[in-house]
Amino acid sequence: MESLFQFISENQLMIYLVILMIFLGVELIEKVPSVLHTPLMSGANAIHGVIIIGSIIIMGQADNTFATIFGFLAVVLGTLNVVGGFVVTDRMLDMFKKKK
Amino acid sequence: MKTFILDLIYIVSAFAFIVGIKMLGKPVSAKRGNLLAAAGMTAAIFGTIFLNESVMPTNYVWIFGALILGSAVGYVMAKKVQMTQMPQMVSFFNGMGGACAALISIVEFDHYIHHPGTGSVAHLVILLLGMIIGAVSFSGSMIAYGKLEEKIKDFRLPAQQVVNILVLLVIFGLIYAFSAGIVVNPLTIYIILGLAAAYGLLFVFPIGGADMPVVISLLNSFTGVATAFGGFLYDNKVMLFGGILVGSAGTLLTVVMCRAMNRSLANVLIGNFGGKAAASSGRAVTGTIKEISAADTAALMKYSKNVVIVPGYGLAVAQAQHVCHELELSLEAEGAQVKYAIHPVAGRMPGHMNVLLAESNVDYDKLLEMDDINPEFKTTDVVLVVGANDVVNPAAKNDPASPIYGMPILDVEDAANVIVMKRSMRAGYAGIENELFFNPKTRMLFGDAKKMMQELVNELKNA
Repeated sequence: MESLFQFISENQLMIYLVILMIFLGVELIEKVPSVLHTPLMSGANAIHGVIIIGSIIIMGQADNTFATIFGFLAVVLGTLNVVGGFVVTDRMLDMFKKKK
Repeated sequence: MKTFILDLIYIVSAFAFIVGIKMLGKPVSAKRGNLLAAAGMTAAIFGTIFLNESVMPTNYVWIFGALILGSAVGYVMAKKVQMTQMPQMVSFFNGMGGACAALISIVEFDHYIHHPGTGSVAHLVILLLGMIIGAVSFSGSMIAYGKLEEKIKDFRLPAQQVVNILVLLVIFGLIYAFSAGIVVNPLTIYIILGLAAAYGLLFVFPIGGADMPVVISLLNSFTGVATAFGGFLYDNKVMLFGGILVGSAGTLLTVVMCRAMNRSLANVLIGNFGGKAAASSGRAVTGTIKEISAADTAALMKYSKNVVIVPGYGLAVAQAQHVCHELELSLEAEGAQVKYAIHPVAGRMPGHMNVLLAESNVDYDKLLEMDDINPEFKTTDVVLVVGANDVVNPAAKNDPASPIYGMPILDVEDAANVIVMKRSMRAGYAGIENELFFNPKTRMLFGDAKKMMQELVNELKNA
């Protein structure tokens, strides 16, 4: 219990941020026309690829074989998420170009 | 100084993500929104590599090697994939993000074990939660991918719900035991990891293929939450920011999708739809069906003023979107007005049909959403249903025993004539009969959507 309290008081700002972001995310999506749901889902998918930052940090700190192998794999997978996600979204959106 | 610049970059990136998502919500700005978010991501990645104090330059070669490998593979996959396979592609990339989150936790845990006292219990719990959610997201996404590729069939254990809940309880029990120091063997983490991956499988296996979009959207928000845990782990605000943003936006998107099917999320997840259980319920449909030839269909359409095309997954499977546009042009040349009726859950993803038709240059303004097109069916001469089934099934309105009862549908039976283009009499994804096919106004045009539409185009030209 004590460590939970300590965690909350240490991370107050982050927790406030979480609450705000939850509402912001809902606000942003609420009024989107359903035609854009697929690209939006795909774009959001690319954005959570920001997890790659974590993988770069572990890869950058790696000082043993275990961390190197798993870190390398994590960066590769994270990059797939980011690059694949944005490129696929871009391709989908290319198709929404209004004619003339 | 370095840290200061990095913090600044992260702030700019977070800003780019929010504005990017906002722009993605409007057709005119969507493309720029995506590029903006991508630019923010690029800045965050390179900022982390060069400015984060804990990233050792000696590891640059590994980092760049992984970045180049991942980019090359990701780029090629994303460029090569067919538009019809978009949903599974998104699912695949989402799974990669989940796996990445799980791997990060594994390495961090290893570090934690070798350097005791570097992290608090809260730290450990966050690490484990990130790992579990990441693993569930990974294995679940892979199953969703397999289902959409039609490589994996629905599969249900006896007492599925009980098994699922038990697995979850064991996972949380182990987390508690581990963080409270009751269990100390570091290998426990691999048991937790394995159980989490198994939970992902159990979770997605029984859900019908037609509900995969909902599942993908949900797993997408899971990965967002796993990313947010990563943000707590590294006290990294941009990860927290991006993760929560996707987590909440993804959850809402999931709910919106369920709403379009008039079902609750719980109902989708328990999976009483699309499975075999549903097939037997619903009343038997009797009557005769009437076939029609392509030539007769073309003749009928030629003299029609208002034609509405209802595309469904069959159109996507047959890759018929281009010829569909051709048909539209031929009909317009004959003086008919052509519109498309897009059901919110047509295809395998919301907006799937729009993406496909847009690919073949169908004008954006001709795609009408359900609520806008439904009143127009009364004045429509011919409705052409292309590979759609459940979204035009009147049972949703008049058969309370039907598993799709309550789902809003396209009121195609209001039109003067209904032509249903279908490969066979096989039931749709929900596994139920469709009364519409037996309606006196309905004619069935059996065949592959692409081939039949091509024939219609030819007939229209010759007639």
